[in-house]
Amino acid sequence: MTTTQQTPTGAAPAAAEARSRRGTALAHRLFVVRELGILAALAVLIGVTLIANPRFLSGQNLRDLMLSAAILVVLAAGQTMVIITRNVDLSVGSILGLSAYATGTLLVDRPGTPVLVALLAGTAVGAVCGLVNGAVVAVAKVPSLVVTLGMLYAIRGLDSLWASSSDRLQVNAADLPSGFKSFGGARVLGVPVLFLIAVAVVLVIGWYLRSYRSGRELYGIGSAPEAARLSGIPVGRRVLMAFVVNGALAGLAGVLYAARFQTLDTTAGTGLELNVVAAAVVGGVAIAGGTGSAWGAALGALLLTTIGTALPQLGLNPFWRDAAVGALIIAAIVLDRTLTLRLAARLRGRNLRGS
Amino acid sequence: MADGTPSGAPAPVVLALQDVSKSFGAVAALRGAQLELRAGEAHALVGENGAGKSTLVKILAGVHGPDSGRVLLDGQPLVLDGPAAARAAGIAVIYQEPTLFPDLSVAENIFMGRQPLAGGRRIDRKALTERCRALFERLGVHMDPDRPARGLSIADQQMVEIAKALSFDARVLVMDEPTAALSGVEVERLFVVARALRDQGAAVLFISHRFDEVFDLCDRITVMRDGQWVSTDLAADLTVDQVVRRMVGRDVADLFPKQEVTAGDVVLEVRGLTRRGVFSDISFDVRAGEIVALAGLVGAGRSEVMRAVFGVDRYDAGSVRVHGRELAGGSPSAAMAAGIALVPEDRRQQGLVMELSVERNATLTRRWKLARAGLLSARRERATAAEWTKKLQVKAGKLSDPVSTLSGGNQQKVVLAKWLSTEPTVLVVDEPTRGIDVGTKSEVHRLLSQLAADGLAIVMISSELPEVLGMADRVLVMHEGRLVDDIPRARADEDGVMLAATGQTARAAQLGVAS
Repeated sequence: MTTTQQTPTGAAPAAAEARSRRGTALAHRLFVVRELGILAALAVLIGVTLIANPRFLSGQNLRDLMLSAAILVVLAAGQTMVIITRNVDLSVGSILGLSAYATGTLLVDRPGTPVLVALLAGTAVGAVCGLVNGAVVAVAKVPSLVVTLGMLYAIRGLDSLWASSSDRLQVNAADLPSGFKSFGGARVLGVPVLFLIAVAVVLVIGWYLRSYRSGRELYGIGSAPEAARLSGIPVGRRVLMAFVVNGALAGLAGVLYAARFQTLDTTAGTGLELNVVAAAVVGGVAIAGGTGSAWGAALGALLLTTIGTALPQLGLNPFWRDAAVGALIIAAIVLDRTLTLRLAARLRGRNLRGS
Repeated sequence: MADGTPSGAPAPVVLALQDVSKSFGAVAALRGAQLELRAGEAHALVGENGAGKSTLVKILAGVHGPDSGRVLLDGQPLVLDGPAAARAAGIAVIYQEPTLFPDLSVAENIFMGRQPLAGGRRIDRKALTERCRALFERLGVHMDPDRPARGLSIADQQMVEIAKALSFDARVLVMDEPTAALSGVEVERLFVVARALRDQGAAVLFISHRFDEVFDLCDRITVMRDGQWVSTDLAADLTVDQVVRRMVGRDVADLFPKQEVTAGDVVLEVRGLTRRGVFSDISFDVRAGEIVALAGLVGAGRSEVMRAVFGVDRYDAGSVRVHGRELAGGSPSAAMAAGIALVPEDRRQQGLVMELSVERNATLTRRWKLARAGLLSARRERATAAEWTKKLQVKAGKLSDPVSTLSGGNQQKVVLAKWLSTEPTVLVVDEPTRGIDVGTKSEVHRLLSQLAADGLAIVMISSELPEVLGMADRVLVMHEGRLVDDIPRARADEDGVMLAATGQTARAAQLGVAS
């Protein structure tokens, strides 16, 4: 017989707890490192670009960067909620397109519409799309990848059908009321309002996911779906809600898109969904659910946008952007996987040593 | 032995199950089962694996709805339409296998959905940690509330589950084999908590295969067999022998028709096999004609060792030899070519393609041998399948029916057919009779015994002690990733195996448990 009797008396528990604490400290450190890592990458990128072009962060350039990032940041925050539950929403680009076109049409037909009403209307259009997504995923238990892929085409088709039947294939800047146009360029203390809206969205979603019961339940659902069911979490309702909120945010992003570009056709936002998922993954939101934060995803979105604007400044062909984004995604996944494995081995190590 | 029961009138019945039945497809898990839990009692539920205990637990937990019958709480009919409803009714369940969220902290796991709140309905993290720490103090557990649940040992996970059940003041506490993975000290700690709850007036339902614990903790014992209620008696009025006879309901010798075989040459040689953090320094031999059981608790690393031997997982050190020839690690196809076959634990997920027909499944491993110029011939496929299903007496309507329509036992036979048709010399079976009804079980046992008699070397991973003791020529016992004992058939008994599996071989003799 080769076993030794376990005698957890005296100093043993204290030592066990100390080991356990080290594991926890490591977990916290990894979490912080993960988001600091993106910030560091962002800082390096900006630093290098500044050397090549000292005017890279000058007033107008910086404002353009914020404006371009705003839409992706809003979408990434919403997508985070969905991915955390071990789902994905590929229809956000189409939702954005539909919402942008709907808002444009509303403003052209009723030029007196206040900006706030336009914002709410676009958000509502998105929420309805999200409701359909969520209902099919949660009630019919169809994988979200398939459902939202279908919705990607269906919503885009609806958008085109609406545009062609209403004889308005395009909404032009000239037709939009001046109030809405000035909203697109408005600033507070030099910062574009659209960017401030995006920051507010990220703060609210991040705060909600971190500090509210239902927010934590989203993490639980993605971390262990069976355990979530057994512990009485209303899985279907929570997933449905995540899709509705994500849809609403995609709708909001549609209004921001309309305000920024002001010329809208039915192709607005095509292909954007993959950028959004990329931003979330680069920002540390695990595609298998259960981990990540809206803040990380927003940083990811900021990083991807900055790459897009920095590469031309560095004299590189913008086609390099896609390659850079691809490399980042793979690097992020490899990094996350390595960190998870090392953390697991570290936390588990003590069990074996203990015997 | 048993704790005395309070004198005078019996305490009121808190929870009752009346005439409850539940079927899964063709298999009836519960047939008119009943149970009665009184306030302030610890009640044991015993029965063989497959007797319906876990199904009954899942009905109490609101996971399964009964097909017929009633659940009464304080005499009032209770509808348990989900785990949330069971919780609201004050029923806490500790499952055999812990169900935690690996990415969330231990404290959050315990208080999920019930986190203490500060202003504005947001979670009060400080209070959360404090309340978790207080719970751990009460349980005598040393664990950091803020560490993630990922990487906890099974025993620690079980303690988290217990803390969870404790954290909402349950009126009924159901424990489904909670001690399977716990050491003696941890079991004692659990019992202190269970007794405290009982003395406060809660009803405790305790499910265990360890009779010393059952008689130590419980006031009354309910025996179940084949999904039916057999008896409920005061523990003080029962002996272990009586309980075992009621559980089995037939002669134990008939259950495991192991033929005596003289072992041949060494076929499988494992030396110093190590996979860091999972198992270490595993060495053993298996001879032709021998059935070697790999026993141990859930999570001891048994399946992991055999997965590494078969090449599904890589190993860091050590060697595997088949017929004296070293096997390249990490390659299931090399293992198959060398004559190893692995019948996995979870046949639904790993062993069968449920939507495909019986014949397709039975010939999956041989599809290249059956093919001509890369095309499968349906006729040859059918002929092979027919041959093997006949040999193993698979009861299927038509061979073209999907496997999902078969009963669990017959599905297991199809998996066996699939692997036996590769003509292996080493057969590894992981939990071969899990979830199979008793009748088919002994057929699977007879089959394994026959195969060994024909000269196959068999490694059987099993959590069912009677099966291990009945079938195995030798019992290898694992504990926390190490091989701790090698017991020949003549010396193998329930206590010896169980003690080795829980890592305490010292207090072997003092338990007077017959089996």
